[in-house]
Amino acid sequence: MAARYDRAITVFSPDGHLFQVEYAQEAVKKGSTVVGIRGNDIVVLGVERKSVAKLQEDRTIRKINSLDEHVCMAFAGLTADARIVINRARVECQSHRLTVEDPVTVEYITRYIARLKQRYTQSNGRRPFGIAALIVGFDDDGTPRLYQTEPSGTYHAWKANAIGHSAKAVREFLEKNYTDEAIAVDKEAIKLAIKALLEVVQSGGKNIELAVIKRNEPLRILEAKEIETFVAEIEKEREEEIEKKKPKKSG
Amino acid sequence: MALASVLRSDYADFSFDNHKPFGFGLGLGKSDVRASLGEELSFAVQTSLNSSDGEGIERKIEFLHGTTTLAFKFQHGVIVAVDSRATAGSYIASQTVKKVIEINPYLLGTMAGGAADCSFWERLLARQCRIYELRNKERISVAAASKLLANMVYQYKGMGLSMGTMVCGWDKRGPGLYYVDSEGNRVCGDLFAVGSGSMYAYGVVDTGLRKEEGLTVEEACELGRRAIYQATYRDAYSGGQVNLYHVHSEGWTRVSQEDVLVLHQQYKPQPQA
Repeated sequence: MAARYDRAITVFSPDGHLFQVEYAQEAVKKGSTVVGIRGNDIVVLGVERKSVAKLQEDRTIRKINSLDEHVCMAFAGLTADARIVINRARVECQSHRLTVEDPVTVEYITRYIARLKQRYTQSNGRRPFGIAALIVGFDDDGTPRLYQTEPSGTYHAWKANAIGHSAKAVREFLEKNYTDEAIAVDKEAIKLAIKALLEVVQSGGKNIELAVIKRNEPLRILEAKEIETFVAEIEKEREEEIEKKKPKKSG
Repeated sequence: MALASVLRSDYADFSFDNHKPFGFGLGLGKSDVRASLGEELSFAVQTSLNSSDGEGIERKIEFLHGTTTLAFKFQHGVIVAVDSRATAGSYIASQTVKKVIEINPYLLGTMAGGAADCSFWERLLARQCRIYELRNKERISVAAASKLLANMVYQYKGMGLSMGTMVCGWDKRGPGLYYVDSEGNRVCGDLFAVGSGSMYAYGVVDTGLRKEEGLTVEEACELGRRAIYQATYRDAYSGGQVNLYHVHSEGWTRVSQEDVLVLHQQYKPQPQA
């Protein structure tokens, strides 16, 4: 039955599905995990970095891209599709600065990306973009924002979210551990992102890439050493937790 | 665009007799640019339109905007003061023209040049501003509104639009004042006067504006009123009433409308000291 309704994007199935869009979402689920956290004064994007071949320069693989000084996004899904979307978004950020003489709000650029994606779900001969994006940044008035877009063209604001491979497990972890105290301090927000990624990433800190934006500061990609320090701290805290529990049991 | 095709037509044929005063009906879509009095209201004064024959259609058009409009920023917002006379050549077509266009409750635009051009494009601007508000859930800034207007008319540059307007408002950056015209100029500033009476108005405002201590709202209104009055006194193409607006953080308020002749009696007894 499905076979007849997934050829052309413009065709609805009898039960109301747009199969191409759903298949695009499947492509997203195959992408490497991305987690985004909105703190009080900081926004964090963490990405699982798939292992690179020995001869490959790993600097050329960037899943976290800045769209403007104060906005950046990470994606899960088809890398080539993401490149197109990021390009269009970057141009739109500058066009907005030209016509309105103000930097974009995170919501505006998210809306633009979502509109772009939706247009591709309603055009002849085109397929939807196979990416979901997490867009983070600060608005002009200093409010931190985190938005997620999907191949269907919808977008929502989140306090913390994950997309890609094992997104569900990471989201459950975040739901349990995202508290106001956890994100009050910048460092804690970063650690929360790393903890969330460690749930699903094999072989620890080496395969994690992290970027932060602080209010009025540009995007900063953390170095491997910094991530190692955080991972070490997290492991120490975990051991301390286990230590605390031990005496109670035996006592 | 339909508008562009109208403007492009061969109405730019100014082969009238010199003694007939005529309205600046370029691009108003009438099949003949009638010179009948009062038909086409305008604030434009044509001087040397038919300079020499045998030039063909490509004549240099002198736009002198027969009006006085003034706007300046001060501590408590923006004062906008305008006259209300419309002339067709040397004939006073109207003394009660509204030269301040209320774009929306917090943005004002002034009119100088072609009446139709100004009011049409500023109404179009009002529509764009409203769409922006609905899409972005916040008011448009004065900078963005003036930029939208400037970009709109720039597409028709060289096609005969005549518009010199000041976009005044209050946004999150404070009071905003931009001068936009049909040549494509868009300038931010603290004080602008546009029209044939602008020089007289500048003289008065430059004398009375005190940057350091600042003016009260009353003082600023009186300054604007006086400036327009002086301009109407000396400039033949300005007169009628002085319409005064004040733009503040809550929006704009219509302060007063006073006939220039009444103001003349009011100011006359003032001693020379």
